[in-house]
Amino acid sequence: MSESTNGTQNILTLNPVGFAPKVSPKAMAPRLESLDGKTIYLVDPRFDDSGLFLRQVQDWFAAHMPSVNTKLVEMSSVYTKDDPKTWEMIKANGDGAIIGVGH
Amino acid sequence: MHAIALDSKYGVPTVAIHTNVFEKAVQSVTRMHGMPEARYTFVPQPVMGKTAEQLRAYVDGKSPISGRPVMQEVIEGLTRPAEGDRIKEVKFERSTPRMVDPDTDDNLQRVFLENNWTDKLPIVLPTEKRVAEMLAHTSHKPDEIAGHIRSNQFRQHWEFTVEKVAVNAVMAGAKPEYFPVILALAASGVSARGSTTSSMAAMVVVNGPIRNEIGMNSGTGAMAPYNHANATIGRAYGLLSQNLQGGSIPGDSYMGSQGNGYAYGTVTFAENEERSPWTPFHVQHGFKPTDSTVSIFTGCRSTAFTLGVREKYWREHVRNMLRGMDAHSAPTFLLDPIAARQYIDRGGFDTKEKLIQWVYENALMPAGEYWDYQLIQNYIYPRATFGEEPYASKLKAAPDEMIKMFKPDEIHVVVVGGETNGYWRIMGCNYQKTVSVDEWR
Repeated sequence: MSESTNGTQNILTLNPVGFAPKVSPKAMAPRLESLDGKTIYLVDPRFDDSGLFLRQVQDWFAAHMPSVNTKLVEMSSVYTKDDPKTWEMIKANGDGAIIGVGH
Repeated sequence: MHAIALDSKYGVPTVAIHTNVFEKAVQSVTRMHGMPEARYTFVPQPVMGKTAEQLRAYVDGKSPISGRPVMQEVIEGLTRPAEGDRIKEVKFERSTPRMVDPDTDDNLQRVFLENNWTDKLPIVLPTEKRVAEMLAHTSHKPDEIAGHIRSNQFRQHWEFTVEKVAVNAVMAGAKPEYFPVILALAASGVSARGSTTSSMAAMVVVNGPIRNEIGMNSGTGAMAPYNHANATIGRAYGLLSQNLQGGSIPGDSYMGSQGNGYAYGTVTFAENEERSPWTPFHVQHGFKPTDSTVSIFTGCRSTAFTLGVREKYWREHVRNMLRGMDAHSAPTFLLDPIAARQYIDRGGFDTKEKLIQWVYENALMPAGEYWDYQLIQNYIYPRATFGEEPYASKLKAAPDEMIKMFKPDEIHVVVVGGETNGYWRIMGCNYQKTVSVDEWR
C-alpha cells in the first residue's frame, strides 16, 4: 500500500482501539412473588443527597404499601468502594434492595 | 455496579435508581458486566440540593426515560421474573481487528473521526510504515501486552499491546523517539480520559535525562503549545486513553458535565531541574536523578495563580489562594524558578518538604464550611463517619474551628517555567504515581 496521503490513493491503516474484556453472563437473583411482609433495604450510597431521596422512597412505602418493612442503611464508606459487609447483612436480613441515587 | 453485585453475587433482588442523564452509561455498564436485564429506573437530574418535597415529587412521578411511574418500575424490578431475551445483547467474544479497511486519506480521516477515535482534530494516519518506525524505538515486541486501562472503577479493564500504543502515538503526531515516554504513560494504567462528571483532565511531569534527549520544554511556555514533544506526548496520552479503554463518548463513556480544556493536550511538561533550587520530583519519589520518569496527576480542574511571593503579605496571599481551591483536590504548586527562589527567601523553605509542611499547616477552613462542600460530603464524610483518620478527628471539630483541608502527602511542588517573570500557580489535582521510562526504551 502506498504511504502517500495525497487524498486519492488507498491507504492501509491500523486500528487504534484496545481489546474489550470477555463478558460473562451473570444470573439475576430470583424475583419476589410479592412484597407483602417482606423486608426491603434502601441502600444509601452517600452521594449527592441520596439519603434524603431514599427517605422519600421510605415514606412512599409507608403511605402506599405499609406491609413492606423498609430499612434505610448507609454504605460503609464512599460509593466507589465495594461494601461486602453491608451486602452480607442485607442477604442475611432482607428480601430485596433498592440502591439510589448514584452513578 | 453495586446493584449488579448485590443481585448476582449475593442473590438479593435489587433495583437501582439513577438520574436520567446516566441512561446510556447505565445501559453500557450493565451490558459490559454481563447483566443487561439488571433492573433500574430513573428520576430527573439533579437530586443534589433538592428539598424533601421536590424529591417526593420525583418518587411520586414518572421516569423521564420510560414515562412510567418510578415506583411501579421499582416494584416490578423486585418482582417481575427475568425474561432472558436481552442476554442476546451481550457479546461474549469480542475482538478488535488489527487493520482498518483501506481507503483514501480524506475518507480515513472521516472514518477515524466518526468512530470517535480522535480528539476531533485531524490526526496522522497510522500506516504500517509509521507504526513500524514508532515500534523501532522500544525493545519491547509489538504483540507484548503493555497494560490494562479503564475510564473509572465501575468499568471493566480493557487490554492493549505495545503496537496499539504505537498506533495512537502515530495518530498524535509524536516522533518515534518519544515512544518510551508514551509507553510508560500507557502502561501506568492511569487514564487521562476519566469518565467522571467532574470533567477532570490529567497532568504529566517528565523528569530525568529523557527530557533533554527528546527536546522537551521545561522553560518558557512549557505548559503551552510551543514544544513538539510536550504537545504530542500529551495528545498521545489522551488518545491512547480513550481508544485503549474502549472509548470516551459524552453521555456514554464520558460524563464530564462541562468538559475541560486541559484535556486537549493533557497538561504535559518537563520539570525545570536545571533551574530548580530543590530536589527533582522523581527523586522525591524514590528514583535516582539519572532515571527517566513520568509522574501522573489526575483530577486537574481548579487553578489559582499569582505573581511573585510578596514580602509583607505573602502568607495571606497564599492562604487566600488555598481557600479558593476545591477542598477535595489537593494543591500542587507549579512554580517558576523565580517564585521557587522567592519562597526560599521569604519562608526559608530550602527543601520542597518544608514548603509542603507550611502549606499543610496553613491550608485551613472552618469545619462547618469544609464539611458542607458537596464533594467532601460525597467522598470524605462517609470515610470520616466510619472512623478513618484523619477525617474522623476532623469531624469532631466545632463548626467554627479551623481544620486542615489537606493531608501533607497530598501536597506537591514542581518547578517549571522560563524566568520571564515570577508567575506561579496552584493546580488542584491528585498525584497518582511516578513510573519508569527507561523500562520502555
